[in-house]
Amino acid sequence: MVAEENYEFKPEVKKKIFILGAIGIVLFILGVILAMNSGSGHEEEHASVQQTSTHLVASTEQAAAAEGQPVVAEEHHGSPVWLKRIYTSLWQNNIYFAGLGVIGLFFVAIQYAAQAGWSVPVNRIALAMGHWIPISGILMLGLWFLVKSDVFHWTHQSLYVEGAGFDAILKGKSGYFFWPLDAGGFPLFFILRMVVFFGLWYLFFIWIKREMLAEDINGGTAHWTKARSLSAIFLVIFAVSSSIAAWDWVMSIDTHWYSTMMGWYVFSSWFVAGLAAITLVVIFLKENGYLKIVNANHLHNLGLFVFAFSIFWTYIWFSQFLLIYYANIPEETIYFINQMNNSPYSWVFYASIIMNFVLPFLLFMTRDSKRHIAMLRVVCTIVVVGHWLDFYNMITPGVMQKNGGLGFLEIGLAMVFMAAFLFVTLNALSKVPLIAKNHPMMGEALNHHI
Amino acid sequence: MESNKNFVLGVFDDEDVLLHAVTKVKDKGVKIHEVYSPFPVHGLDAALGYKRTRLPIAAFLFGMTGTSLALIMQIWMLGYDWPMIIGGKNHAALPPFIPVTFELTVLLSALGMVATFLIASDLKPYKWPQQFDVRSTDDKHIMAIDLAKNRLTKEDIGALLKDSGAQEVNDKNF
Repeated sequence: MVAEENYEFKPEVKKKIFILGAIGIVLFILGVILAMNSGSGHEEEHASVQQTSTHLVASTEQAAAAEGQPVVAEEHHGSPVWLKRIYTSLWQNNIYFAGLGVIGLFFVAIQYAAQAGWSVPVNRIALAMGHWIPISGILMLGLWFLVKSDVFHWTHQSLYVEGAGFDAILKGKSGYFFWPLDAGGFPLFFILRMVVFFGLWYLFFIWIKREMLAEDINGGTAHWTKARSLSAIFLVIFAVSSSIAAWDWVMSIDTHWYSTMMGWYVFSSWFVAGLAAITLVVIFLKENGYLKIVNANHLHNLGLFVFAFSIFWTYIWFSQFLLIYYANIPEETIYFINQMNNSPYSWVFYASIIMNFVLPFLLFMTRDSKRHIAMLRVVCTIVVVGHWLDFYNMITPGVMQKNGGLGFLEIGLAMVFMAAFLFVTLNALSKVPLIAKNHPMMGEALNHHI
Repeated sequence: MESNKNFVLGVFDDEDVLLHAVTKVKDKGVKIHEVYSPFPVHGLDAALGYKRTRLPIAAFLFGMTGTSLALIMQIWMLGYDWPMIIGGKNHAALPPFIPVTFELTVLLSALGMVATFLIASDLKPYKWPQQFDVRSTDDKHIMAIDLAKNRLTKEDIGALLKDSGAQEVNDKNF
């Protein structure tokens, strides 16, 4: 019925990916050198921070004073600025790419749960992205111990001890991080959640993949039914875990700030970026002569997904922004004031709205634009970069405050992560048949027409 | 009443036969007036050579009208005509205007699309549709061919329809 296709991970493609990673490393080292010299030493940097950040400190001081607590913890004697930048960037990139990986699995799961037929030829690409889940999980756990004292304010023990640095609000929240151990010690509950989430995601990834591959050999509908059940359970788990993961890994950086939209916000940003990444890999494969059964109708559906969830992201983004803007409560607005008044967050803030809403919305509005590879490639690239910037603004301002930068360091690290992610994805694709052999809905996919 | 429009109707039972018949009839150079079917037949639009609807363009224009109207209305009302300080915000602050703008965009584009569709399809009040064969609302596909627009005679077209799988061939005059 369908010609068998096996993706061959050619040496020249591998070479290109290695070059991408190598350029990334060079840029990263260049960025580190620049960052180390621009501050010209820790002491001077510290003095200039004191001068330039007076009004921010003053505003937090007021906010803190209103809550009846002393302000001491504002300026940590942590790592130098350049090292903080590396830590922040590492954390941001890992969150972003962990999202792309788990969205690969999520995409497969919604296709099974919705009993979709059109997506059969592209499911294996999304599944291949899921191979990044275990790697990102290990990275996340390792990185956490590396970056915790610089990125996560709440890890400092002095916040929970009666005295100068005591923080009543964090003390109240401490159970969420440290249960069942003492506050300020080892955050067992937090680490446990991280391990359990990645463990569950990886387990369901293995189980769903096993059913999908067993179908190639055995045929029939039993494997499809099993995969659908697993997908449905995974979706419930993911709905809860993605939300909590967003609070843990992203929102807890701005420890005093909270938003009930954050779970959805992180999920939607992940989802759009993941959909755009799936589309880009499909385009790459198609241009190299694979995926012959994928035609304009399948591309149209992928484009629709990116279009629709770009608008969904905007809806979530705006819901969060409007309420904070309108209520005008100091401890909430500080989050956006920090982003809108400081470079580079301010231009990232506006660029993110343009790249993640205005451009996809206008460029993907017509039917034809979603059916042609040239336009899909442009818009999906914009969206992938745009959501990386979105995550940059979710994570960096809370850590770096006024010292944030977006230069060779950040871009280089992103390229390294991208190279690794692409290598894992394409390598996984080359290991199994590119097109499902006995999928019960292959007929529907072949006749898909919209 | 003098009958001035004469049609030949091919009655089809099966949508596959119908689809092939459409291609076959068109290949012979016969112009098809319209095909009536009780349910959507995939690929029929393409076989008949219909162009895609331009309704999305109308929707976009109506939507833009809604966006601009909403913004002009709110900025004029709250910024110039009757400036009020609400929640300490600027008179003409953009973020609180967005929900209203969104709603008006959706409302105008939806209503505008419905109106455009009704006008374009000539569906006006007291308009009674020409019904070629009531069975097209139940279980039969009806292919209507306007004799005035074709060179072939009624008999030739009838034979062609029979040949392409029509169950019956009927006449209809309006």
